[in-house]
Amino acid sequence: MKPSGIEMKGDICMDILVCLKQTFDTEEKITIENGRINEEEAEFVINPYDEYAVEEAIRLKEKFGGEVTVITIGPERAEQALRTAMAMGADKGVIVDIEELEEQVDEHTIAQILAATIQEEDLDYDIILCGYMAVDDGSAQVGPRLAELLHIPHISTITKLHIDGDQVTVDKDVEGDLEVIESTLPILVTAQQGLNDPRYPSLPGIMKAKKKPLSRLEVDDLDLDEDEIAAKTETLEVFLPPKKQAGKVLQGELPKQVEELVQLLRNEAKVI
Amino acid sequence: MSKNVLILADVRDKKLRNVALECLAVARMIADGGKVTATVFGSSAKDLVEQLAHHGADHVITVSNPELDQYTSDAYFQAFKQVIEKVQPDAIFTGHTAVGRDVSPRIAARLGLGLISDCTSVEVQDGKIIFTRPIYAGKAFVKKAVKEGLIFATIRPNNIEALATDTSRTATVEDLVVSFDKDLLRTIVKEVVRKTADGVDLSEARVVVSGGRGVKSEDGFKPLQELADLLGGAVGASRGACDAGYCDYGLQIGQTGKVVTPDLYIACGISGAIQHLAGMSNSKVIVAINKDPEANIFQVADYGIVGDLFEVVPLLTEELKKVLGK
Repeated sequence: MKPSGIEMKGDICMDILVCLKQTFDTEEKITIENGRINEEEAEFVINPYDEYAVEEAIRLKEKFGGEVTVITIGPERAEQALRTAMAMGADKGVIVDIEELEEQVDEHTIAQILAATIQEEDLDYDIILCGYMAVDDGSAQVGPRLAELLHIPHISTITKLHIDGDQVTVDKDVEGDLEVIESTLPILVTAQQGLNDPRYPSLPGIMKAKKKPLSRLEVDDLDLDEDEIAAKTETLEVFLPPKKQAGKVLQGELPKQVEELVQLLRNEAKVI
Repeated sequence: MSKNVLILADVRDKKLRNVALECLAVARMIADGGKVTATVFGSSAKDLVEQLAHHGADHVITVSNPELDQYTSDAYFQAFKQVIEKVQPDAIFTGHTAVGRDVSPRIAARLGLGLISDCTSVEVQDGKIIFTRPIYAGKAFVKKAVKEGLIFATIRPNNIEALATDTSRTATVEDLVVSFDKDLLRTIVKEVVRKTADGVDLSEARVVVSGGRGVKSEDGFKPLQELADLLGGAVGASRGACDAGYCDYGLQIGQTGKVVTPDLYIACGISGAIQHLAGMSNSKVIVAINKDPEANIFQVADYGIVGDLFEVVPLLTEELKKVLGK
């Protein structure tokens, strides 16, 4: 069943945007070189929360028809993340290369560039999906910031999405509790774990993805001046937490070990 | 230089969350003799004034509109923005919680501000305010500062100590009636389903008892829950346990999932994949219980017991009952 409000648009029923970031695989160890995170030999993946967003977007397309556009900002390597999303089923990609930017970027910069890209590429949207946060910077800012810049509502950390006409119903995870929220299109939602189980790209999908359209933009192509996108915050230092010393593995009969543990927690660690 | 500081106080079940008091502690330090204003939303707001005063607020702005009893991004955005316009603060702090994490970026975007999220410590160096926050879920950290203008940050629960209660402190109170643009209240909460037990929130719990694949089933979490209940803590889980369907993803601790820093973390039947360690290794004291003496989790544990969790956890619960006299 097609939602009535969307049917009127003709062949392309739903315009769906997904903003994604390429991140380190979560199994990667982090090391620092010259004051920066060392990226050499790291495995990169689509940020896991963004992957839920991609999957949900493709499911919407499969249900209602339409077009899924995936957008990323990053160095050239991030193109691989777009190709993966297209191999899953997204229709086209847009990458904004920011390697030329000499200044640091922050969430303000990224949200501004995303909003300008949507405008520059003339991308229509009924819904925009993002991951609720990236597993690297973990600030959870870009989705809500983008929604504000586009003057549309947002709902974050969703675990279920239902669309009927222009009516949107979501389940939102609220620190373990659940809220059922209603709103209308257009809207931006951010994906929480549990929203879906992302598919693996199929081999034919991977072959097809190579031929799908990809726009490559640079910041100069956008209607933005440097002042507008200059980061509002600065990173002063990157460091690793002090290495934790492996502790005491207790010995002896189990009941004795448990007794000793309770004494240690009480008298040495003083946490109970 | 003294500063005018505003905090948005997080409320849950009509009570202040601890993180509200932690924000006040940050605010007092940054204010450096200046004024600390706390704003609190919802019909219970007036009942919370005294506690805010006792923990560092000089002035409390209550916004009691019924639209704010249930959090929605749009209503909180409008109310918070009006409070900010009224207070004209030099610095703003909120918790990095379902509320602060959601409304702050929208406010920052509207007002063209930088925002430093999820801060675990704050220091002042030569007059510059420097925030420390984890990246890669705590595998590394960054120190950040706002370049110029208004300072805006969200504070991770359970990392900064609240000020001791000072019952002699009082605050001036102001009730602000906010006018809402109804066309811009675009989301409606139809239903709230409580899934967390007893209101002990995983991210704020002092004690977390966490289970991995070793718990083997949904029922396997029961002894963990008993232990958590005894210690006033919360139950968490590894990705393995969630993926296996033993528990809800809401319990997952790790680089995907929640990052926790309780005083005591008890890992039961968790091998210690790097993605899980990222979510808990900054806990103050870690206990590992695992059958496999080679399990990674022992590398970060302060105390380890090699054994079957289904034997060890009930013994531990019994022993604690004795010692705690419960």
